[in-house]
Amino acid sequence: MPSDLELALYVFMLATFLGLEVIRKVSPLLHTPLMSITNAISAISVVGAIAITGAGDATTLSRVLGFIAVTASTINIVSGFLITDRMLKMFKKRGPEK
Amino acid sequence: MTEHVVNYIYMASAALFILALKWMNSPATARRAVISGEVGMLLAVVGTLLKAGVIDYQWIFIAFFLGSAIGVPIAYLMPMTAVPQRTALSHAFGALAAALVGTAEYYRETPHGFVMVALVVETLLGFLTFTGSLMAFGKLQEILPTRPIVYRNQNIINLVLFVVAAGLGVRLALVPQDTWMFPIFAGLSLLFGVLLIIPIGGADMPTVIALLNSYAGLSACAMGFALNNKLLVIAGALDGSSGFILSVIMCKAMNRSFTNVLFGAFGQLQVAHAQLEQRNVRSATPEEAASILEAARSVIIVPGYGLAVAQAQHKIRELFDGLTRRGVDVKFAIHPVAGRMPGHMNVLLAEADIPYDRLFEMDDINSEFPQCDVALVVGANDVTNPAARHDQSSPIYGMPILDVDKARTAMVIKRSMNPGFAGIENELYYMDKTLMLFGDAKSFVGEIIKELPAAVRA
Repeated sequence: MPSDLELALYVFMLATFLGLEVIRKVSPLLHTPLMSITNAISAISVVGAIAITGAGDATTLSRVLGFIAVTASTINIVSGFLITDRMLKMFKKRGPEK
Repeated sequence: MTEHVVNYIYMASAALFILALKWMNSPATARRAVISGEVGMLLAVVGTLLKAGVIDYQWIFIAFFLGSAIGVPIAYLMPMTAVPQRTALSHAFGALAAALVGTAEYYRETPHGFVMVALVVETLLGFLTFTGSLMAFGKLQEILPTRPIVYRNQNIINLVLFVVAAGLGVRLALVPQDTWMFPIFAGLSLLFGVLLIIPIGGADMPTVIALLNSYAGLSACAMGFALNNKLLVIAGALDGSSGFILSVIMCKAMNRSFTNVLFGAFGQLQVAHAQLEQRNVRSATPEEAASILEAARSVIIVPGYGLAVAQAQHKIRELFDGLTRRGVDVKFAIHPVAGRMPGHMNVLLAEADIPYDRLFEMDDINSEFPQCDVALVVGANDVTNPAARHDQSSPIYGMPILDVDKARTAMVIKRSMNPGFAGIENELYYMDKTLMLFGDAKSFVGEIIKELPAAVRA
């Protein structure tokens, strides 16, 4: 059986190649929204933050740090996704006819 | 049992993130991408809340509430010109979260071996991205000077600092129980983030933001290794590669290397270069500009950061409409590094309702300049400087540029003859075919629009 580390490295390698392939196809037109959506996704560290904050055996220190971390990543997630959507709404193929 | 369910939820979440990035490749599917990303994130959060170890929900929900209360206004109140700042600030929050989780993990578990290595990488990247992004935010918001801040032996000091921080990190990974070292390690990482970004000038911000994006992703990825969570590894690797690709594209668009952007302090060495003799330029009034534009068959507009500063995108849209109604073919030529982040100009023009099929990338439109009657430069400078093609002594030599000088007439809206950010004289301004339109981009374009109907009646 491969160890956890080996598995994680495999996943990392495959995800990196996948990322490189997928991102290369994104039109420069959408680079700003792309950056803003990847920014929102990078706040996935909320997963670790929740686990730390909600742990039954959390110390005061880890609860305080976890609380700040959940707050910070929530700001990141919420504002990241909402502003990406706000930007994308503006991209129109043709202006309204008049 | 729940652990398995949670793992499948994470798997679905990872798949949705991949789909989100895939759907970002076209404006037609991009809004679906956001929904996919949002659902993926929601699943990740719900899955984590279901975890057996997560018992105490009180503080988590308070933090959700607090974060949303801050995040929602940021998303809706930020003007589109401030998108680069917002992105930098958001990177800072995400990186801070990763670093704090790493810190908490360290003090709780004092892990050993590989997990500790991952933890060290996570906190190092997290803390340096946190302060680095704050500095980038400060520069973009112009709280801090946008010019590079340099001092003697800067690169040596930075290098020493980095080596010391990395050395402490290695030592911590080997002997995790030396808890006194951790605060020093964290402090040095924070300091390094500051010192890394302050020598970087505003014009290099597109590369730096992309790079910080990459670091924020890699930090989350390292957290995935530390927690043995594949979802974090995948999401982090996707972001890491995305930021990496974007920064490579930006570097290529400036014909510079990574090291040069990070350690070059662009815009400093050129001071000596700006001592050119006084040369003559031709200037024109809004009336003259309007009649030239009105008589043209094809016009290419070249927007730059100055357009964002002047908030001129809506006036440009009126000009676009006015000219299009008169049968003029109007296109936009967008240099990859125009503005302060990748794709910045596209978002601004889209905000002003300019259809995106009129926006063209550099490589697609450069061949059209020779046939175009008027190239109108609004707030762009270095990306139009023909010196990049032939003057080997120019600091921007070799940088791909928009061939504005090949158009039949070039018009440049500019505040004054002051050389731009990088302090490099633009040859374009002294050419016989170039007309300088001196003034604020927004009001000047407004005056051109006012003159347009008059010109048509005459």
